[in-house]
Amino acid sequence: MSVITYRDALNQALREEMQHDDRVFLMGEEVAEYNGAYKVSRGLLDQFGPMRVVDTPIAELGFAGIGVGAAMVGLRPVIEFMTWNFALLALDQVVNAAAKMLYMSNGQFPMPMVFRGPNGAALQLSAQHSQAWESWLAHIPGLKVVTPATPYDAKGLLKSAIRDPNPVVFLEGEMLYNTKGEVPDGEEILIPLGKAERKREGEHCSIIAHGKTVLVAIQVADALAKEGIKIDVIDLRTVRPMDVDAIAESVKKTNRAVVVEEGWELCGVGAQVVDYIQRECFDFLDAPVLRVHQADVPMPYAKNLERAAKPDAQKVTSAVRKVLYLE
Amino acid sequence: MAKKPTKPTSSKSDSELNHSFLRSMLLQRRFEERSAEAYALGKIGGFCHLYIGQEAISTGALSVLRPDDYVVTAYRDHGLALARGMTSRSVMAELFGRRDGCAGGKGGSMHLFDAKLNFLGGHGIVGGHIPLATGVAFAIKYRGGDQVCLCFFGEAAVNIGAFHEALNMAALWKVPAVFIIENNRYGMGTAVARAMANEDVSARAAAYNIPGESVDGQDVFAVRDAVSRAVERARGEKTPTLLEMRTYRFMGHSMSDAVSGTYRTKAELEEEMRRDPIIVLHNRMTEAGEIDDAAYAKLDEEVKAEVQDAWDFADASPEPELEELYSNVLVG
Repeated sequence: MSVITYRDALNQALREEMQHDDRVFLMGEEVAEYNGAYKVSRGLLDQFGPMRVVDTPIAELGFAGIGVGAAMVGLRPVIEFMTWNFALLALDQVVNAAAKMLYMSNGQFPMPMVFRGPNGAALQLSAQHSQAWESWLAHIPGLKVVTPATPYDAKGLLKSAIRDPNPVVFLEGEMLYNTKGEVPDGEEILIPLGKAERKREGEHCSIIAHGKTVLVAIQVADALAKEGIKIDVIDLRTVRPMDVDAIAESVKKTNRAVVVEEGWELCGVGAQVVDYIQRECFDFLDAPVLRVHQADVPMPYAKNLERAAKPDAQKVTSAVRKVLYLE
Repeated sequence: MAKKPTKPTSSKSDSELNHSFLRSMLLQRRFEERSAEAYALGKIGGFCHLYIGQEAISTGALSVLRPDDYVVTAYRDHGLALARGMTSRSVMAELFGRRDGCAGGKGGSMHLFDAKLNFLGGHGIVGGHIPLATGVAFAIKYRGGDQVCLCFFGEAAVNIGAFHEALNMAALWKVPAVFIIENNRYGMGTAVARAMANEDVSARAAAYNIPGESVDGQDVFAVRDAVSRAVERARGEKTPTLLEMRTYRFMGHSMSDAVSGTYRTKAELEEEMRRDPIIVLHNRMTEAGEIDDAAYAKLDEEVKAEVQDAWDFADASPEPELEELYSNVLVG
């Protein structure tokens, strides 16, 4: 067992899958000679050469579409966006091409490919560089949307995403790249897509989160445990397809839930989670379900305003106390 | 423009080639005429963009290809699908939204696909499929193959960013793609002069340091020659080419709009129809003594019968099973 960063876990996943299958290649801005804008692809050019680790011009729409074309004829592209904010320019390829090709062709053209890169706010990057896109992407049938929170999950989910025969949107946390966690050495880690994981066990309240906010939920659960409040932390891990069974099982046990996400409120991932809860757990609820999310504003630059906009442990704790009628 | 025709991949005599081209072009023409009729009858729905007037391009260009080469195009795709060898039955059944269509009725007019023929669609967003062609050509190079990918699109697509990004990377990485602009002079109702600062479309090749050429798109042999040279370059030197096929759309943009009127005159349309690609070839064959009126009429009857058969087949084909609604959203 080694303790490694989320960044290195992703690097291991890419390296292992490129060794495992020579149809897998990595393409994006600065992935090769620069070793990756966030160093996720460090060393891959040296090991696999320029045909399999491909630097592109700044042309998100173009290279996303190149990935789609290559996948149509049997390669397994991993397309890196330097951030998902830039991927907006490529959404035509993700949404209109990759997500629909199998359906439009009635099964003739599978899209075994991954679109990946950092998602969500970091620190003081302000409005255009601080956005969480999972609710947009999860809206689209034909895609899978994955949001790993820990190094172990990052590795196991990316390996599974690359092996999946469908187009997978893989949303990494920009603030997670330096976080560390245990990852077993020399063991094949393949985490099934579409399966949530309980990150903390508890019976008083469920917190349902994904991506970076899972770490916030764990922090809150560990702090409240000292007061005797036991939180069940459910990490969705995959937003589409969503593990409704895991959500329902937890909420039926705790009878209370707080749903946390980085994105905005309206039509957010949390809105869908709450919909599942009211349908599956109506008779089990002891309090209205509350949501914690980004303030309904573009992300401001100033430190204090940015802090006020983001979901954090204090806001999640307050929501938990409210559903427990402690506040 | 057109030089003396060469025989790039075929050992057929000119006369045999002429006959096969005439048949292919007539088939596409009669197929589209019946598509218009079926649309008017409500048997075909949605958007339906006819290929009438542009048949020399599909016929000449695809005549150069090997079976293992690739073709990708936009939504005006019926003619190219037929020219690539998809059956009239499977295409018509798709237009009718029926189970025996090439995509089981789930794609429709704009999304024709046939994996066995390396026919990669059928794409509905202007210019969106151009990067796909660069990707297919990238994959060919990745595997060390010698196939090529032909990518077709209307002239209006060169104004969208995807065109630029795709051609830049294709040229930069030297991948075997041939980009073929079907310049029918109108992006829906907007004339080229109203949409492009430089109307010389093939001149855009200079921006990517690749060969560019403008071709008489109404002359099937001129098309074949130019595509043949481009394909040879792509296979050998892995150099992409940008070809402009100068053609004209004899019908409206889609079945939803008028053939002429607000944006082009009837006089212009009639003038252009004098260079109907089928007439151009037919005249050439008549002058060479390769076909007489009786033989032409017989060929036309054969083709009409094939299209009638396709219509009957499509009409008899059942609608998709309702369970198909949820199939092929994801693999597995």
